[in-house]
Amino acid sequence: MTIAASVNGKAVTFEGEGDTPLLWAIREELGLTGTKFGCGIAACGACTVHIDGEAVRSCSMPIEMVAGKAIRTIEGLKKPDGTLHAVQQAWIAAQVPQCGYCQSGQIMAAVALIERTGQPSDAQVDEAMTNICRCGTYPRIREAIRTATGQAAIAVQGDA
Amino acid sequence: MGVKRRAFLIGSALVAGGGVFGIKWADSSARERATALTTGAKDGSFGTWIKVGEDSRITIYTPHIDIGTGTSTALAQMVADELDADWDKVSVESAPAETAFANSTLGRGFLSDMSGKPGMVAALPESLLSLIARAMPLQITGGSSAVRFTGQMGMRVVAAAARLALVEEAAEKLGVPTGELTTAGHAVRHAKSGKSLSYGELAAGAATRTLAETPALKAAKDYRFIGKPVPRIDIPAKVDGTARYGIDVNLPDMRVATVMAAPVRGGKLESVDEKPALAVKGVEKVVKLDDAVAVVATGYWPAIKGLRSLSPRFSDGGNGSISTASIFAAHDALRKGGDPGSSAGEGDVEAGLAADGTKLIEARYQVPFLHHAPMEPFALVAQFKDGKLDVWGGLQDPLSSKMAAVKASGLDEDAVTFHPLVLGGGFGRKLPMYIEAIPQVVALAMDLPHPVKLIWSREEEVAQGAYRAQASSVMKAALGKDGKIVAWQNNYAQPSDDGGGAAAKLFYTIPAFAQDHYKHVSNQTVGSWRSVNATQHGFYNESFIDELAYAAGADPYQFRRAHLAEGGRHQKVLDAVAKAAGWGTPLADGHGRGIAIVECFGTICAHVIEASVKADGSPKVHAVWAAVDCGPVVNPGNAEAQVMGGIVMGLSAAIGEAITLDKGAVQQTSFGDYPILKMADSPPTVRIEFLNSDAEMGGLGEPGLPPAAPALANALFAVTGMRIRSLPLLNQAGAKA
Ligand code: FES
Ligand code: FES
Repeated sequence: MTIAASVNGKAVTFEGEGDTPLLWAIREELGLTGTKFGCGIAACGACTVHIDGEAVRSCSMPIEMVAGKAIRTIEGLKKPDGTLHAVQQAWIAAQVPQCGYCQSGQIMAAVALIERTGQPSDAQVDEAMTNICRCGTYPRIREAIRTATGQAAIAVQGDA
Repeated sequence: MGVKRRAFLIGSALVAGGGVFGIKWADSSARERATALTTGAKDGSFGTWIKVGEDSRITIYTPHIDIGTGTSTALAQMVADELDADWDKVSVESAPAETAFANSTLGRGFLSDMSGKPGMVAALPESLLSLIARAMPLQITGGSSAVRFTGQMGMRVVAAAARLALVEEAAEKLGVPTGELTTAGHAVRHAKSGKSLSYGELAAGAATRTLAETPALKAAKDYRFIGKPVPRIDIPAKVDGTARYGIDVNLPDMRVATVMAAPVRGGKLESVDEKPALAVKGVEKVVKLDDAVAVVATGYWPAIKGLRSLSPRFSDGGNGSISTASIFAAHDALRKGGDPGSSAGEGDVEAGLAADGTKLIEARYQVPFLHHAPMEPFALVAQFKDGKLDVWGGLQDPLSSKMAAVKASGLDEDAVTFHPLVLGGGFGRKLPMYIEAIPQVVALAMDLPHPVKLIWSREEEVAQGAYRAQASSVMKAALGKDGKIVAWQNNYAQPSDDGGGAAAKLFYTIPAFAQDHYKHVSNQTVGSWRSVNATQHGFYNESFIDELAYAAGADPYQFRRAHLAEGGRHQKVLDAVAKAAGWGTPLADGHGRGIAIVECFGTICAHVIEASVKADGSPKVHAVWAAVDCGPVVNPGNAEAQVMGGIVMGLSAAIGEAITLDKGAVQQTSFGDYPILKMADSPPTVRIEFLNSDAEMGGLGEPGLPPAAPALANALFAVTGMRIRSLPLLNQAGAKA
């Protein structure tokens, strides 16, 4: 089956079986490997992308459901001139990633949250940021979200 | 500054010219080998070395894979300081696993090479040699070894010697004494004449000089990079999706496979009807392995759909009656037998425990199997073509990974190449001694006319882990009238051969103590889980001493303090964390504080945790304070990140993680029933203080973790009066001790 959608502003067609998760269509058909596989059951968020601006776990979204939708992946966050998105910049400033494997998904979840709420409260962060980070970068993720939205960084720093 | 992966450079010559400095490259044949290595030839050997290019740029070849712990950055900081380098002219590459190994088999590894250089060997403390030898030729990243051994003992020495060689070369060329020369901006300068020669101009000649074996290292006051929170060089590629992990490798005409091994470890594949899988569009082949079945397809989705359509029959290897309960029962039976396989300690414990007028206290602790749960499941690519096998993946030890592929394929070492990539988390799971995925992907590649990527499902990851062992201990102690511990006995049962003795060891001053190890092995594979034996022994020791403090009617902080050497490192760490946390100051209603201190991998770390109990009985962590003595800190920003990560992982395990067995098989399946701590439950306040002592450099990847479980359990005791002696805590916070 052929499904037409857009990915990072470009028109694409997916050719796989209709039940193929968007994650694998993005990674294997389009070769966009920034979106990661962690569990395949919508439990970890490593595969988070945006569909029409909303954070979605692509491992559990069959391609037959995305016809005509605008999909954005981590590769689509940069501006055309290569400038990083403010959230990506905040991630570097807060030195968030460790192994980094979860971070595409974390950043996509954070961008969607910020686009929706402007300046998310701690409670909104807790509610929306349910992606797993096994390296335990949560305190710095929280800090990066606050810096990205012009809120003072909270106390997560040691004497560093 | 950036990290380049050797895997992408193979076949394309690196910059020719320049000089290569390595810790043993003092003679010309060795230098030729090293130079040949940088230009892509097959010869060359191991680990720690540095290239100064004819363009004056410095390239560090690290034998360690940066598993996300920032080691590449820390090593670069050390080299940049010793070579007076500019940060943007230093880069880090992975030392090539394949060539490095070709000239240096394990038996003739780093240590024996070094023994030909007695001066160099003498410069290193004897006790560290074997550790370096293990860390370097094996290219292990683990044991918190990269920075403190490779960096401190290797990289810095080589870099300082390289700088001296550059200066000597310049002195000869300029006809001036070395004492009149200085180094800055990648050049050797002669202030008197105003002349200077760039590192690039000097490199080739300098590299032919005999390197100083014990060059003076920079004093701390002269550091420009060491001790500063230099941004990590691997991070930019991890925020825009460009970092390439093992799972991201794509080769032309590649197939994707996924696998299911016998659910009961030790079982074999008996039979499988392939038809249902072959009926799935995209599935090309079902491959029967000894103890597993794999499905090969055009992509992961058809592969996993095909695998799920199968109903393979596996034997249970005679392990079908093993359960979580049966393992604990076996531990208790062994203890009852009273004959530990190994013991360590001091003083007469039996007499101490039986002494008149003392109070005997006894408690039984237990911990479950733990899964590492790296976010990237095993994902390895292999290609067998024209008699050569290539394997790609992000694993913790490239050289041993290669050897595992050599063994699995039966090929010569020269025919096998391992290409290291970024790891999506390791925590000990990606050490090759127990990576079943290596022989699996090799078998598939040798069976197929295509390259193949083997991806383990999360379900396979959870069911087939190399877990932190399920373990237990019966702790006994006698309290004297003066409120001091007279005798202490840790009767622990766990599988490891070494008994985890170092982790069980007490640093408290107690007249008589014993660690008796009852070895019990189940059918499960157990491995090194971040901080290894310190996880369970930290929990036993630091929970039990808390019990003793309450039994003595003492404050848990003061009680520990009274049993630590006055003014010693442990006491300083404990004092620092108590002060930071405001120990003893009033708390909100329903909140309690717990304290714990654990030493591992050369570092002492103490936590104070403030916690309460939620309405559903589960614990709520409000704040964590940590104090850390790891000696000098190379990169404070990253050091903090490592300890923070350890705290979160330690809390996650303590609160909710357990692998349990029934009928010999793992009961958990994925993140749904193996819950990893998330943002909402991670502590809103984390404050970490480094003592920056002048103690020998300790590790940082692991020591932040072990105090978390006992500090949390102790905090909950302070709130509820109920002692938690079994992990995980989840839903036990309301349970009576
Ligand atoms: S891979 Fe999609 S949520 Fe885990
Ligand atoms: S950075 Fe490693 S899992 Fe999040």
